[in-house]
Amino acid sequence: MMLHAGHSLAIVGVTAVCTILIRAFPFLVFGGRKEVPGAVRYLGAVLPASIMAVLVVYCMRNMDFMAISHFAPSLAAGILVVGLHVWKKNILLSIGAGTVCYMMLVQMVFV
Amino acid sequence: MEEVQNGKGYIGFAFRQSVPVMLGYIFLGIAFGLLLQDAGYSFVWAFFISVIVYAGSMQFIMVSLMTGGAGLLYTAVMTFFINGRHIFYGLSFVEKYKKMGKACPYMVFSLTDETYSVLCGTKVPEGMKEDKVFFWISLFDHSYWVAGSVLGAVAGSYITIDTTGIDFSMTALFLVIVVEQWQEQRSHFAAITGAICGIIWLLLLGPDRFILPALCYCVVILLAVRGSVEGRTTKQKEEVAG
Repeated sequence: MMLHAGHSLAIVGVTAVCTILIRAFPFLVFGGRKEVPGAVRYLGAVLPASIMAVLVVYCMRNMDFMAISHFAPSLAAGILVVGLHVWKKNILLSIGAGTVCYMMLVQMVFV
Repeated sequence: MEEVQNGKGYIGFAFRQSVPVMLGYIFLGIAFGLLLQDAGYSFVWAFFISVIVYAGSMQFIMVSLMTGGAGLLYTAVMTFFINGRHIFYGLSFVEKYKKMGKACPYMVFSLTDETYSVLCGTKVPEGMKEDKVFFWISLFDHSYWVAGSVLGAVAGSYITIDTTGIDFSMTALFLVIVVEQWQEQRSHFAAITGAICGIIWLLLLGPDRFILPALCYCVVILLAVRGSVEGRTTKQKEEVAG
């Protein structure tokens, strides 16, 4: 239950300020310079591919290979998304079909 | 008149790019609004929090911090651990956003996981300014999140469709971006590094704490191989230019 509105507000404020500081960090450090260092420019170009791969692992982090119901839906829907996207290259189709497939698997098959 | 049409063109294009995020953000937002309402906070809080904090997983954790009356220092430390990965997102946009003037602070503020990945995957059509497209995509994403949160807090308890599993749309979005990047880039070193670092640190530290060390290791490894990867990337660019 809501304890103290004031303290809750302070928690919201601290979270907001910390989040914006984290997001602004590269801009605060490198944004003021005339020339962005070569290493940063290089990371800016190659890092997105690594980050996206880590984010996929992050989304799949709760897969448990000891129980089929804890990994089969993600795995099957994930393969469907990749397969559809390689085949049709339609973002909405890949995401829509993958999500519907996943929802059906967790709601009806692996309950 | 032309000006108006141009404006519409931008909004339409940005909207189409943001649709994959819409699905996920509205439903995740609803889940957040519901949680917040259950904890005793009204939709005003949901609106306010989603406008100024705008951080998916951290907002969920924040609800438990608020109901538990957590300390402010603890809150700050939690935020840095949960959102720390965002430090790396700006690296790709430092030069681009610097030139955006007044919009720059908003662009920096609104750089979430999902917006970052959509922006990485957006190919701006010729004749359109990248700045404007990026701004509208960011704004659309943010508004989905706010709309979902408020909707969840106001009407969440009336939603009777079973939405279990709808959060997979985020996983699917990330997978699609990985596939697109994979097909565009000649060198797959960065993607493979990310996958391996992610899996190793997940196995070592478990699901709650692995993402920051994994990203740090990616940076170190990518910097270590800079010479050879950069050589290949420039070769690729020359081929495209030729």
